[in-house]
Amino acid sequence: MSRIAERFAALKADGRAALVPFITAGDPHPNITVGLMHDMVEAGADLIELGVPFSDPMADGPVIQRASERALAHHVSLDDVIGMVKTFRQDDPDTPVILMGYLNPVEVMGYAAFARRAAQAGVDGALTVDVPPEEGHDLIQALRDEGLDAIYLAAPTSHRQRLEMIADAATGFIYYVSLKGVTGSANLVLDDVAKKLAEIRAVTDMPLGVGFGIKDAAMAADMAKIADAVVVGSALVSRVEANASKPDKIGAELKQLLQEMRQAMDDAGRESASPS
Amino acid sequence: MDKNDSFMNMPDDKGHFGPYGGIFVAETLMEALQELRGAYEKYLQDADFLAELDADLQHYVGRPSPIYHAERLSRENGGAQIYLKREDLNHTGAHKVNNTIGQALLAKRMGKTRIIAETGAGQHGVATATVAARLGLECVVYMGEVDVARQEANVYRMRLLGAEVRSVSSGSKTLKDALNEAMRDWVATVDDTFYIIGTVAGPHPYPAMVRDFQAIIGREARQQIQDMTGHLPDALVACVGGGSNAIGLFYPFLDDKEVAIYGVEAAGEGLETGRHAAPLCAGEPGVLHGNRTYLMEDRDGQIIETHSISAGLDYPGVGPEHAWLKDTGRANYVAIDDQEALAAFHRLTRTEGIIPALESSHAIAYGLKLAATMKPDQVVLVNLSGRGDKDMHTVAAIEGIEI
Repeated sequence: MSRIAERFAALKADGRAALVPFITAGDPHPNITVGLMHDMVEAGADLIELGVPFSDPMADGPVIQRASERALAHHVSLDDVIGMVKTFRQDDPDTPVILMGYLNPVEVMGYAAFARRAAQAGVDGALTVDVPPEEGHDLIQALRDEGLDAIYLAAPTSHRQRLEMIADAATGFIYYVSLKGVTGSANLVLDDVAKKLAEIRAVTDMPLGVGFGIKDAAMAADMAKIADAVVVGSALVSRVEANASKPDKIGAELKQLLQEMRQAMDDAGRESASPS
Repeated sequence: MDKNDSFMNMPDDKGHFGPYGGIFVAETLMEALQELRGAYEKYLQDADFLAELDADLQHYVGRPSPIYHAERLSRENGGAQIYLKREDLNHTGAHKVNNTIGQALLAKRMGKTRIIAETGAGQHGVATATVAARLGLECVVYMGEVDVARQEANVYRMRLLGAEVRSVSSGSKTLKDALNEAMRDWVATVDDTFYIIGTVAGPHPYPAMVRDFQAIIGREARQQIQDMTGHLPDALVACVGGGSNAIGLFYPFLDDKEVAIYGVEAAGEGLETGRHAAPLCAGEPGVLHGNRTYLMEDRDGQIIETHSISAGLDYPGVGPEHAWLKDTGRANYVAIDDQEALAAFHRLTRTEGIIPALESSHAIAYGLKLAATMKPDQVVLVNLSGRGDKDMHTVAAIEGIEI
């Protein structure tokens, strides 16, 4: 069983939803990323999504684009990001890490080389945002050959046939993009998300994560009632940005938000689990 | 010709031109692209749609555009006869409108009420704002901050036409960033919004659809040049940024194997300086903006900034069909630097009384070089893709003149 599958199985047995923070590797400086990863685990993160900086992050909003720009100012490469995971793994053998980014840096490294180096460093999966299942065959194969999960997105506009295709392509979990728009957008409607998650559950047993638009503890708690994982990205990256000039404060800032979310999610879990 | 030997049956069912093209976008856009593809495939077979498109191209754009024998230029240059396909005479001053008319009519049939577009030099933005005004559609144009500054006149034209111009300050603040921003808008607004891409790049079906709307250039030219000279031309020359005017001219000639084809990229300050916009001549295959194609990238796979005197060629990618035509050897891709393009700009202006766009000046410059190596009874057909009115400020500034 992969580290990701193990983690979801354990959470399910506890009746808890996974808290999945996203930060961009190298933002605002490559020296602090590994420390931030440990901080986030300490604050209750169950799985870490590490963004690979890209010059043209088409599916991301301005907050995460600026994070990429800050990292690229230090020339943080895909190889560097894999190296950060390797360092993280020396002190944390358990928390799954997935790399989230765009295809071109992977294309330049080569699919097989990427999968091999990532697996050796202790990466557990990859989400290449701009590779839909239709174009994913070779990359998925390369990832699977090295025992890595290929995480896929599902969207509000994905109809049944597409959901089936996504479920076939994906392993580990499916990441449901809970609203139309780029990362960091507004207007999340809980009932709509719940309805769509039910549609996805009709085609797969895989764990479902929800992300895009989760800003605070209350929203995280709401999502934890209906999803297997709550992904929080822009809200964290905004805090990184606000403290970019005083990087020693970033860890505490991220921990505070994650602890609030973790607490609210676990409280919500207990409420819904208790007999009424 | 055997269908399998034809260069005209691409892309395949998945939008691939050999290894290039395809659909590389986030899941959030897949449904919108499928809806677009359905509409495009339906209406390109629809007699009413095609009749409306033809009528607009004739009465609104002013097609067919003429072919002009640049006799004085040919004589002075020596060698082959140079003919110009006059896309500069279209309404709005460039080939871009052929495509925006087509896509806007498609938007109308699909019931979309809002149009978005990206623009570099501003020609595609103007052509989009123009058709949006005519059809009464809301229009937002994304344009890099750098381009907004160097193409002030076109920004004002778009605003006069009722479009909202949104300046993009992310990344390199040029065309590629405008395209990123337009895609982001579209992801959030797909229900009522149609994204008119201005070139033969982007995810399928855009490269095929834009080519099909621009292929009117080559269809007309193929007939006109035979009417004028009695035979097919020996060579075609067109500038290539994203590559829409070039593919528009080339496509109907692809199976005429005796016709040599040259696409001209922007060498900027020189290919050897790295400061250029010539992915086919000096780039590597990669994935950007929804398709696999040749790109300007660094060794980490990050897209690098491009440099060209002409904003319309200042793009780090290129249409996937050009990538395929390069690899198959059917077309040749060459590069012309800023100085050569400027010289050609002045030369055409002074010898023929035609002021070309700086983009088209790259094609003129290579056409002149090529013609000089050929015989006087041979014919080089150059696509004069746009007029130079928009470039007055740029050229004047280089000469130290303030207008």
